[in-house]
Amino acid sequence: MNGPMTEIRNYTMNFGPQHPAAHGVLRVIMEMDGEVIERLDPHIGLLHRATEKLAESKPYNHSIGYMDRLDYVSMMCNEHAYVLAIESLLGVVPPIRAQYIRVMFDEITRIRNHLMWLGAHALDIGAMAVFLYAFREREDLMDCYEAVSGARMHATYYRPGGVYRDLPDKMPLYQRNDREGDKGLAARNEDRSGSLLDFIEVFTERFPACVDEYETLLTDNRIWKQRTVDIGIVTPEQALQLGFTGPMLRGSGVEWDLRKKQPYEVYDRMSFDIPVGVTGDTYDRYLVRMEEMRQSNRIVCQCVDWLRSNPGSVMLDDYKLSPPPREEMKEDMESLIHHFKLFTEGYSVPPGQVYSAIEAPKGEFGIFLVSDGANKPYRVKIRAPGFPHLAALDEMSRGHMLTDMVAIIGTQDVVFGEIDR
Amino acid sequence: MGWIMTTWDSLPLILQLGIKIGFIVGPLIVAVAYYTLAERKVIAYMHVRVGPNRVGPRGLLQPIADVLKLMFKEMIIPSKSDKYLFLIAPVLAVTPAFAAWAVIPFSGTLVLADIDAGLLYVLALTSMSVYGVIIAGWASNSKYAFLGALRSAAQIVAYEIAMGFALVGVLMVAGSLNLNTIIQAQSGGLHQWFFLPLFPLFLVYLISGVAETNRAPFDVAEGESEIVAGFHVDYSGMGFAAFFLAEYANMLMISALTVILFLGGWNSPFDFPPFSWLPGVFWFLAKLSVVAFLFLWFRATFPRYRYDQIMRLGWKVFIPVTLIWIAVIGAFKFFTPFGFIFS
Repeated sequence: MNGPMTEIRNYTMNFGPQHPAAHGVLRVIMEMDGEVIERLDPHIGLLHRATEKLAESKPYNHSIGYMDRLDYVSMMCNEHAYVLAIESLLGVVPPIRAQYIRVMFDEITRIRNHLMWLGAHALDIGAMAVFLYAFREREDLMDCYEAVSGARMHATYYRPGGVYRDLPDKMPLYQRNDREGDKGLAARNEDRSGSLLDFIEVFTERFPACVDEYETLLTDNRIWKQRTVDIGIVTPEQALQLGFTGPMLRGSGVEWDLRKKQPYEVYDRMSFDIPVGVTGDTYDRYLVRMEEMRQSNRIVCQCVDWLRSNPGSVMLDDYKLSPPPREEMKEDMESLIHHFKLFTEGYSVPPGQVYSAIEAPKGEFGIFLVSDGANKPYRVKIRAPGFPHLAALDEMSRGHMLTDMVAIIGTQDVVFGEIDR
Repeated sequence: MGWIMTTWDSLPLILQLGIKIGFIVGPLIVAVAYYTLAERKVIAYMHVRVGPNRVGPRGLLQPIADVLKLMFKEMIIPSKSDKYLFLIAPVLAVTPAFAAWAVIPFSGTLVLADIDAGLLYVLALTSMSVYGVIIAGWASNSKYAFLGALRSAAQIVAYEIAMGFALVGVLMVAGSLNLNTIIQAQSGGLHQWFFLPLFPLFLVYLISGVAETNRAPFDVAEGESEIVAGFHVDYSGMGFAAFFLAEYANMLMISALTVILFLGGWNSPFDFPPFSWLPGVFWFLAKLSVVAFLFLWFRATFPRYRYDQIMRLGWKVFIPVTLIWIAVIGAFKFFTPFGFIFS
């Protein structure tokens, strides 16, 4: 000590990986001046599962399930990018009905992801009710996943050449429980009496009112605005330099959406709007995502209408690429061989490289695939949108308080499955 | 009947007091236990959930299960903590929370200590509880706990002042520090209660009360999503239970004070039958429950303030509002013929 006064210095603080606001396994080392963050250093890798390497050691069609587990709140979107990459290397285009189903489930996934984000973000800022309200609707969307693929989260529903199967005519039903009795059972199963499309249609009809409900709790709430307005401002130039995509970029006012700019599948036939923010703060990103949920709802509506009136095949009729029907397999030797070859050896993909990207709920989710002509990819590189976002945590939180850092993690909508891969 | 009175009178004073205290603290602890259950149930239903329903019929024995669990948990003392302070902090938190109930009049006659400086006593004891929080945060020797303690200290200082000024308004109107006298000044029905003439002070007091007890949306000292549990992050077992008990007892305390100071205490809202037939205790507890319900409602609905925003609200909004209203009351009472509004 040099002077009569005690030396004042910053201190470092550890945040996570065991922390209620760490969104999984985020660890942050913060240099703090009192409550103000001088700089911080996010540590990653605690959920690393070597997805890329695993995908390189297996036939192409074996890795779809790994993609579900990347961003484990927007599963089908991850599958979509991977399946698109394989399809463009193979040079096949799935049937139009399969494309509509994919678009519909991409948007269902977007709503699911945004509901999860909204709940977690609000919970981080202390609004507990929104979390549970969001989960109420999310449950219905998980039922859609379940109806179509059998799994509520890790669907493995998109396959190269289409989707695993057509939309079911029946929804899974709830079973009776003693607490709610027959009346409760009837109420729970009311929307589930028809087909999956009926269920989704009912959902799209009531969902805008649900978004209104979340908004009544947050949008004009003084505390919510105090906690989000002017927190973590990112200018459009900064956002582009930092490699932001998705709502993080649009929140800063850059109108960039792969669904509009590079339409894939049947997005060019859909009518929807791209919401953008003005100041690029946490509140703007909140508004952008809320509007995206409404727009996704619109797209789902359009898909339901089309799918109702246009039955057809959902998978390419090429047994080198898609499994033959099981009945055929039991009687037809050739089908059995096809099936066996497909699920053991897989198929060889012509040499080449491709980058396929889709507009995942969190931003641009891309797969870079290099094929050397074998049945396994030579290289798979996953471009996860959350990675550049998290990398900007330092820049976004500097000068803010510890509490704001939690809000910024929330607004980034990070999921460690995709960041650590 | 006569023999009960003669035995009671023959008991030594210390025993009489002990029994009386038992009759306040016993129900209070039960009330706190069931207040936690009420909180979980109320918030659950506001959140489209069911809440605890496994222990006992409709979950009614849940608080007892909680208490048993906490009693049999090991109380971990961090090796780098100051053990003496670490253990004394929960005691410091819980004692004032219970001691303050000594002067609360449950009805016109049901009061343990009907002292003249009742309000001062309450104010002194409720401010004591911050020492428990600060010492807990300091003794834990953890950065999270320390941040929680610092936040709590600053927050309670700010809101104590606003609360104090709100009480000054009540004093000026009632002309007494004795809680029973304050309640009697509000007798005569709903329109006589102080929340009408002192409406700004009533709001300030209620909100400061929420802040004073570290409840949502002012729960930055606990700050679940930032500093995990704040000042009591290192406490387990009965140490944690003591903080828990203190927090809920304080919430009930603030509710009781709000009722006494602004909502007519044990007075019935209408001064005619059938309302006036009901005993004062009923009205007191009914009003207390309504105010206590507000605490739960706030928690279920609002996001959390940031620490500096709480400070801004306290110093820049509440304290000026209370000061101005005190001046208004004074001016009206002494310089205008409309002083009767404030009496």
